[in-house]
Amino acid sequence: MTALLEIRGLNTYYGESHILRDVDLTVNAGEMVCLIGRNGVGKTTLLKSLIGLLRARQGSIVFNGAVLDRQAPHQRARAGLGYVPQGREIIPQLTVEENLMLGMEALPGGLARHRRIDPFVYELFPILREFLPRKGGDLSGGQQQQLAIARALLGQPQLLLLDEPTEGIQPNIVQDIESAVRRIIAETGIGVLLVEQHLHFVRQADRYYAMQRGGIVASGPTAELSQDVVNRFLSV
Amino acid sequence: MQLLFESLFNGVAIGSVLLMAALGLAIVFGLMGVINLAHGELIMLGAYTTYVVQLIFKLPAFEPVYNLYVLVAIPLAFVVSGVVGILLERTVIRRLYGNPLETLLATWGVSLILQQFVRSVPLATAAGLVLALVVGFSLPLVLPASLLEGPRARLVRAGCWATSALSGVLLAGGLASQISRIARATSRNVDVTAPRWMRGGLEWADLTLPVPRLVIIVMTIVSVLGVTLFLNRSVWGTRIRAVTQNRSMSDCLGIPTDTVDVLTFGIGSGLAGIAGVAVSLLGSVGPNVGGSYIVGCFMVVVLGGVGNLFGAVLASFAIGWLTDLIGAGRLLTLWPAMPPPLAATVQFFATTSMAQVMVFALIVLFLQFRPAGLFPQKGRMVEV
Repeated sequence: MTALLEIRGLNTYYGESHILRDVDLTVNAGEMVCLIGRNGVGKTTLLKSLIGLLRARQGSIVFNGAVLDRQAPHQRARAGLGYVPQGREIIPQLTVEENLMLGMEALPGGLARHRRIDPFVYELFPILREFLPRKGGDLSGGQQQQLAIARALLGQPQLLLLDEPTEGIQPNIVQDIESAVRRIIAETGIGVLLVEQHLHFVRQADRYYAMQRGGIVASGPTAELSQDVVNRFLSV
Repeated sequence: MQLLFESLFNGVAIGSVLLMAALGLAIVFGLMGVINLAHGELIMLGAYTTYVVQLIFKLPAFEPVYNLYVLVAIPLAFVVSGVVGILLERTVIRRLYGNPLETLLATWGVSLILQQFVRSVPLATAAGLVLALVVGFSLPLVLPASLLEGPRARLVRAGCWATSALSGVLLAGGLASQISRIARATSRNVDVTAPRWMRGGLEWADLTLPVPRLVIIVMTIVSVLGVTLFLNRSVWGTRIRAVTQNRSMSDCLGIPTDTVDVLTFGIGSGLAGIAGVAVSLLGSVGPNVGGSYIVGCFMVVVLGGVGNLFGAVLASFAIGWLTDLIGAGRLLTLWPAMPPPLAATVQFFATTSMAQVMVFALIVLFLQFRPAGLFPQKGRMVEV
């Protein structure tokens, strides 16, 4: 298998505080990789450095054979990174339909060339079709999460970055989101890098990386995820 | 009845000038959150553009179509103010996003620079400079991308700027040699004479409606409709709304936020230019003409609710109508038997400037109770 994403020696700072320390990580195509670790160890910072919201001070990010280090977020999105941030970040005053359309900005030509929403996202999340004319900001947290995933998918990314997609969401929607993510990988063959706290969801990943104090301290197939590792790195 | 119509018409007339002037600011301040104190000077540039266009149309070659000069001035004023706005965004404002206080000070400085610029630079030279900027900005967009990325990219770029400089010099020289009035700098006010079809008034049921006022009302309606359609229906409009509401997420979705900023600011500034055309039809044009509109513009945007175009429309007509109501002492006409102290008060405020004082005081009072204006933003994620 070829590496879709390869991170080498990544170091990121918030001002003067050193957050990520020499992070190495790979994700292959069609693989689901889970990033675990307690709060504040730098998981979100890693995803933000990947999409470009934070600039890494050292290290390299190679995605699909291209070096992304100096690219702005919109260039990385166009290169095939789909980002679903923590807190969803739906554009509040735009309708659900417009929010979905914006997902297609990552495609070549952007919105101007792509006006049709792929019905695949309605299959994954039927509720979105009902709420098309509503304002994005008026949806509930779970609905916004579904919208955020659908929006990222419409850009046809090769790697989906999911930051705690089940955080603070009612259990029945957590199920929906889990099965949707599994279906996305099965049907589109893209890679997924997931930050997650729910053990049930973590277990569905192919491999895991455990983080502590800004560095990767353990990794391996999730099948080998022992109770000891779970107790050390998951807060649940 | 006639009194009501007269008052309504005057209110709409005052309000539409205000709305025209504030429309650009509603985009720049309302949507982007940039406090642009140079907005008034962008209006002033639009007014001067009208003046120059009018002089050009007085040349023998254009004399037969002189009456149409306003129609040419409108798009030109949009381009002139838009380009100056884009230059302002690229050089000053873009470095100050997120620092409202610094933006305020910097744009105030720019407004002083622009005022002095029209005093001490001949208008012909200024026109040449603007043309050079327009050509310089637009040539790289028109040329095929292969030329700009090829081995001779630097040469091509230099050639672009050389071409634009040459075209600017040619225009400046040509204008200066043909029209002596703009060959030398002057700080005196200038007058734009309305074309013949715009003079006089329409008689309608005992009322005389001055044609320039009607033209401005039509211009305002067209501009507001155009802006609304652009923002809500076009691709770039959707991008602008997305970026103004959540910049970093829009960036992550693949929207080129830099380009969106330039475009938004350019359109807002260009609308100020169109407002300048309207302003030039109402009175004489001078370097300080912008200063008399800027306060009103901010009042309209704040009163309407920042970020709400419809609110700005309603606010400007409300302000316009109130100004007429107070400024013309309508209450006294309605109720002639008013007790003397009250009548004296009404009379005291029945001048244009005192009416403005009164209106602004009322707005300040209103904002004490509704700080977010007429239409505050609603919804679950307002604070985001």
